[in-house]
Amino acid sequence: MAQPDATHPPENVVQMRKIVKRFPGVLANDHVDFELRRGEIHALLGENGAGKSTLMNILAGLYRPDSGSILVEGRPVNFATPRDAIRAGIGMIHQHFMLVPSQTVTENILLGLEEPRFRLQLARYDQRVAELGERFGMKVDPRARVWQLSVGEQQRVEILKMLYRGAEILIMDEPTAVLAPTEVEELFSILRAMTREGKSIIFISHKLHEVMAISDRITVLRRGRVTASNLNTHEVTRAELARLMVGREVIFSLDKKPVTPGEVVLKVEDLWAENDKGLPALRGVNLTVRQGEIVGLAGVAGNGQRELAEVITGLRKATRGRVFVSGEDITNRPVRQGIRRGVSHIPEDRTHVGSAPNLSVTDNVIMKNYNQPPISRGWILNAVAANGYAERLKKEYDIIVPTLQTPVRMLSGGNLQRVILAREISSQPTLMIAMQPTRGLDVGAIEGVHRLLLAQRENGAAILLISEELEELIDLSDRVVVIYEGKIMGEVSDGNVEEIGMMMTGIPQDAIRAGEADHDR
Amino acid sequence: MDLLIVLQAGVATGTILLFATIGEIFAERSGVMNLGVEGMMLLGAMSAFSIAIRTGNPWLGLLVAMLAAGLISQIHAFIAITLQADQVVSGLSLNFLAVGLSLVLGEGLSKAGTITLIPSVTLPLLSQIPILGPVFFTNQKLIVYFGYLLIPLAWYYIYHTRPGLHLRAVGEFPAAADSLGVNVYRLRYFYVFVGGVLAGLAGATISLAISPGWFSELTTAGQGWIAIGLVIFAQWDPLRAAFGSYIFGALRRLVLDIQGPMMLFGFPNPFYYNPYWGFFLEMLPYAFTIIVLVIGSREAIRKRLGAPTALGIPYIRGERGL
Ligand SMILES: Nc1ncnc2c1ncn2[C@@H]1O[C@H](COP(=O)(O)OP(=O)(O)OP(=O)(O)O)[C@@H](O)[C@H]1O
Ligand SMILES: [Mg+2]
Repeated sequence: MAQPDATHPPENVVQMRKIVKRFPGVLANDHVDFELRRGEIHALLGENGAGKSTLMNILAGLYRPDSGSILVEGRPVNFATPRDAIRAGIGMIHQHFMLVPSQTVTENILLGLEEPRFRLQLARYDQRVAELGERFGMKVDPRARVWQLSVGEQQRVEILKMLYRGAEILIMDEPTAVLAPTEVEELFSILRAMTREGKSIIFISHKLHEVMAISDRITVLRRGRVTASNLNTHEVTRAELARLMVGREVIFSLDKKPVTPGEVVLKVEDLWAENDKGLPALRGVNLTVRQGEIVGLAGVAGNGQRELAEVITGLRKATRGRVFVSGEDITNRPVRQGIRRGVSHIPEDRTHVGSAPNLSVTDNVIMKNYNQPPISRGWILNAVAANGYAERLKKEYDIIVPTLQTPVRMLSGGNLQRVILAREISSQPTLMIAMQPTRGLDVGAIEGVHRLLLAQRENGAAILLISEELEELIDLSDRVVVIYEGKIMGEVSDGNVEEIGMMMTGIPQDAIRAGEADHDR
Repeated sequence: MDLLIVLQAGVATGTILLFATIGEIFAERSGVMNLGVEGMMLLGAMSAFSIAIRTGNPWLGLLVAMLAAGLISQIHAFIAITLQADQVVSGLSLNFLAVGLSLVLGEGLSKAGTITLIPSVTLPLLSQIPILGPVFFTNQKLIVYFGYLLIPLAWYYIYHTRPGLHLRAVGEFPAAADSLGVNVYRLRYFYVFVGGVLAGLAGATISLAISPGWFSELTTAGQGWIAIGLVIFAQWDPLRAAFGSYIFGALRRLVLDIQGPMMLFGFPNPFYYNPYWGFFLEMLPYAFTIIVLVIGSREAIRKRLGAPTALGIPYIRGERGL
């Protein structure tokens, strides 16, 4: 057992002192102190771009601090590579997935390990991975290739990867951002079980209710500095935390004006489509969205939401059925046709579908209107106009970025989302397909996005909002439609959470209502 | 013209392409494209021949050829991996350097004497199998049998071993491999080295076994470029690479043999009467290479063919993922 020592008591498994990290144009960490106790869940809070991921990347050995020191179990450490950190028992689940898309789940988990020594013998390890998954209630097919998995499933692989390595200290950078509410509950019970075994967890999340529910202590960062450290979770309120993060009061309630829905903008008729594995993902979906209406699409991840968004926006072929936008049949037509009709798309995968990671902020925001004046005249792109336009959006949408020429892969998760939102909303859409638009955003930014969506609705846009956040769906939507295994289970317009929840598990509305009728009788 | 003999000689000739192609597959799987294959092969052919003349030992020549080409490949590795320069430019430069070096060092080598060749062997039982026996296992150079061994070994290594898993990860998504403690830079250096060693082996196979001697740049005659085309055609898979290599080897032999007889299948042989027909056949692998390279340079098509995602992209630690 480690000797108790006056300066760093052994219950502090990690101590980071005066960490400074600079990137070109930003001071991401400015003399940050951070400590983690054995067996605790310590939440790290802060706005988008506050420097949370940077601090944790330093602890995980991915970045080197410009100055400052790190103690693990009371001993100074100096991680040159992530391998050093893993050896010291520190495992990190990244915000951007660190999975090789073309490899199987098991291969991804075995990557970098000493065992198996030479021959992979995948069948044997598939077995172990499946068992591990089962033990923690995570269902993943070990033989599936990662590119075939939904974002939620990929996240589970990330978690499994660290569990498999038996890390003592687990850093989770927004692990719940991609999970459905029920999955979050499962994750929390795993986390609790882990802390009971003496493991320590650093938990980054923008969702204050989660932080309140799971964490023991909280540290808050703002613009690279610590604004509050080691708060006991049960002694603070959500409002206080929000203020510490954003530096102002955050209004949690929404001001939703009554709007009379107009004409039908989106009409989906008996739509069928396949997923990447070639299995049916949509099985006869019918749906309409009218002007000035937000229709929420609820469902557990992987029930066809992504495929539906992709078919409507022209990114995926429908095998049967029709999609109409403002009366025009755009089924299986090129994406550009939809864009001309005013379809805008906020995709689930923001790093690959939503943005071009190596292009600048400017290039990313002009991607939809680069071929129209004033940004281009004929063949010529007007760089001044493009930059001016980007500059305006940067201010309007509060995008924090050193320069407009920065490639967007350098942006923090939240800021990248703002770039996409800026592009999609500024195009004045008639139909907006928004998939998880607030995932990864801080409370202040979420408030902003919700306002933007409501403003679009008041302007007469038709909005299909796809989200796994039931609270968000119910607050924003005029109607909530539930999808399960590619079929619409029913529709709720009075915010009946229980009914939505039951439909999400695959019970059709008729059956629920019939059951109720039986009961009444 | 005996078809079996053409095929048998074709397998021998194809062994040259086989080594070079599998070598380049290793380098590219790790994310580094090396366009210097032709030069490295030539360097291998030259050093193998020169050492074999001087020592009388072809095996020593083979070894030195592999080392020489492996070493020179590290120049490209340094420029492409450490200095993070453009891999196409660096690979082309390596090619010029290696070709030039071979021609200078090989000056006068063509008349320097004769060497002991790598011996030929007929395998006792296997050579009795109909068709396959005479083509693959009868009177083949020992080195050709190395080729047979290399194909399944390379395949098994890439898909079914831990180092192979790391190799694929480093070429697909280096940031993921790095985050788990796989040393991306070291592995890339290593597989560029492997590519060099196998290119050197390919060169030595020419000068010590298949068409023995030193004929300056005609020794390799552009086969290094064909190998680069074959990598794309093979979709970075050793089994398909073997298939392509032997087909092209057979075609190469066919060009030589088909011009001999006056009659072909009872008809006057056009290749006999008009040598341009032969030139046309001879051109096919090169034309194929140009077409494959042009098609394969399209990003979207490369992706569909299964090119390693990070191929040609230097890895910079601390930058966010692709
Ligand atoms: N590799 C990098 N190169 C340049 N700048 C970077 C890099 N990584 C982070 N930054 C910048 O450092 C700042 C902090 O980013 P970081 O990702 O740590 O924020 P965060 O708190 O995790 O935000 P979010 O909640 O949005 O994930 C941001 O301004 C970001 O643009
Ligand atoms: Mg972050």
